[in-house]
Amino acid sequence: MSVYLDHAATTPMFDVAIDAMNSSLRKLGNPSSLHTEGRSTRKDVEDAREKIAKAAHCLASEVIFTGSGTEANNAAIKGLFWRTDKKVIVVSSIEHHAVLDPAHWLVEHEGAELIEIPVTTGGVIDLEFLQKVVADRRNEIALISVMHSNNETGVIQPIADVVSIAGDIPVHCDAVQSFTKVPLSFKELGLFAMTISGHKVGGPLGIGALILRRAVEIPALLHGGGQERDIRSGTLNAPSIVGLAAAVESNLFDAKKVAALRNSFEVGVMAARPDAVINGQSAERLPGISNITFPGTQSDSLLLLMDSQKVSCSTGAACTAGVHRPSHVLMAMGLTDVVSQSSLRFSFGSTSTETDVAYALSVLPDVITRGLAAHSVGRK
Amino acid sequence: MKIIAAMSGGVDSAVAAARAVEAGHEVIGVHLALSSNPQKYRSGARGCCTIEDSHDARRAADVIGIPFYIWDMADEFHEGVVENFMSEYAAGRTPNPCLRCNEKIKFAAVLDRAKAMGFDGVVTGHYARTRESDMGRTLHRAIDPLKDQSYVLAVLNREQINGAIFPLGDTEKVDIRIEAEARGLAVAQKPDSHDICFVPSGDNAGWLRDRMGSEVGPIVDQAGNKLGEHKGAYTYTIGQRKGLGLTVPTADGSPRFVLKIEPVSNTVVVGAREDLAVTSMRGERPIFCGPEVGAAPLRGFVQVRAHGAALDCTYYVDNGQLVAELDAPLLGLATGQAMVIYDGDRVVGSATICETA
Repeated sequence: MSVYLDHAATTPMFDVAIDAMNSSLRKLGNPSSLHTEGRSTRKDVEDAREKIAKAAHCLASEVIFTGSGTEANNAAIKGLFWRTDKKVIVVSSIEHHAVLDPAHWLVEHEGAELIEIPVTTGGVIDLEFLQKVVADRRNEIALISVMHSNNETGVIQPIADVVSIAGDIPVHCDAVQSFTKVPLSFKELGLFAMTISGHKVGGPLGIGALILRRAVEIPALLHGGGQERDIRSGTLNAPSIVGLAAAVESNLFDAKKVAALRNSFEVGVMAARPDAVINGQSAERLPGISNITFPGTQSDSLLLLMDSQKVSCSTGAACTAGVHRPSHVLMAMGLTDVVSQSSLRFSFGSTSTETDVAYALSVLPDVITRGLAAHSVGRK
Repeated sequence: MKIIAAMSGGVDSAVAAARAVEAGHEVIGVHLALSSNPQKYRSGARGCCTIEDSHDARRAADVIGIPFYIWDMADEFHEGVVENFMSEYAAGRTPNPCLRCNEKIKFAAVLDRAKAMGFDGVVTGHYARTRESDMGRTLHRAIDPLKDQSYVLAVLNREQINGAIFPLGDTEKVDIRIEAEARGLAVAQKPDSHDICFVPSGDNAGWLRDRMGSEVGPIVDQAGNKLGEHKGAYTYTIGQRKGLGLTVPTADGSPRFVLKIEPVSNTVVVGAREDLAVTSMRGERPIFCGPEVGAAPLRGFVQVRAHGAALDCTYYVDNGQLVAELDAPLLGLATGQAMVIYDGDRVVGSATICETA
């Protein structure tokens, strides 16, 4: 058998989403066209927009479709920065590269100053630090961006507190991992901007959305027709939009079931390897993510060995050459680079089963034993 | 067997991996990341260190249908190969980093890790053959004399040879490219890599000068008379004639050659062509690919460069050092080079040349 435990990377599309997308793929019409076919496709897109708005708890007009979560993050970070002449960007130190990289790019090319909010050993951002930064630099801060939950550890961040500390400073939230997994309201959180992505929620790859508060105008990244509120141009990807909406509307993610599987996996791991450490366990976490350190191993060896036993998991970070790198998230939580390179992420989703958990646990002890041996020859 | 295929991104290692799969092995492709700061694209014929090469290796593994991973060996490579390359030059010797890489990385760090993880061996695209006989498993030259890489593999001990598979030794390179084409491997026509992979410009002297500085020193004749100045002794090699920039001509107008590099006094010694002649050599830290050689003299061949000639010699071990006495003199031999002994086409062993006479 093969066991897929990398749902945080991408998760299978729901059948309802595939069916909806298939029908849309067979349909003719550019949503921007004025004739019958165009109007019909436009209706599908706007129906989808309303469904997504309902799930994200925002206005339909606040949903801007993009080609990916990464694009939505870039649009938000760069757009909110360029919107004013303020130069300070505040982000958490555990953001995804889709937030960190555009922020660093603005530092290198646009004279931005970046302030990173540290996290506790439990993986939660330091609100006191944020409070102090906002008190000291309030009038210079262009935006604050903090993810709703971390993609490596699953630790949920106190976004409501961030918004309350920020006051009138725009707050963007990368909610790619959290959307549809835990309760999340754009409106109640009082966000300026929020990012979601299709393939993390049972929808297709290649579709995301930036939720941007009504009447907030930001400069566009892509010009060429202004289809999405003049903030994003390009013919709307109707089939993927329809697929994403169908996945979101289906509400098929069973958080209780997924959390139970994750928890039983963690109990099993700790029974087999009492020296293992579950990163971020003390904090409130997403139901499906488990990040575990196996002391004395190297995670790329463990991944290879798990893979050869047909269990798919993740090591977290890799550079452009595909070389495994220490995770900036785990290092921000105080782990050394060596320890952070001894960690694996297992992530569970709607298709995960108790059999998956049992199988993964059955191969784990031998994998860890071999991983320990491989690491000890490496240090010889 | 369960084996790791070391895949550089070139045509040879790709075909070697494919042949290993066909031979019935369970094969996993591994690309070694040897540079901590890899170039994006390959330039010229220097290979296996770029992101483009790692993509080529991944693509080949996908086409062959085997799992593929990247192993970060940059630290091991730097310590075992690059630093050794610099310190050898600094000591006035001429090292061959490809041998060091086989000795320290491909058949040591990789093989050790593979074995610890439950694999039985490593398959590579080297052109060499192994044979089973009453001597155990022995290492032999490839059938393609132009591609034969047994010289750079002569640093492997018996245990390493037992863990190594070289599927290409019985085929000529031209046929490997045809086979790669037939297998649908996009690297079929990728140029061969030459020279030293971590010196992307191919300019060894410039590379060394950037890292070790260029301290000016004297160029002298064998009597110690100063004839000129050099810009860093390690940028010269024994037997070098061109680029000496000497202003004092010899009495008879005959050319001068580099005879010796003295790192401590930062001196380059030059002399006549006949002064380059070497009739015997001693090598330290001998490694035997098969049965060990003793004090009793044996007849065979010695080779001192990767694609150099096999020279008739008598060889034996004396005081822990491998000695080869040549039938005919050889011109221009640097310490630091590897001496590899052959018995016919069988690789007997190797040592690092520490003394010539």
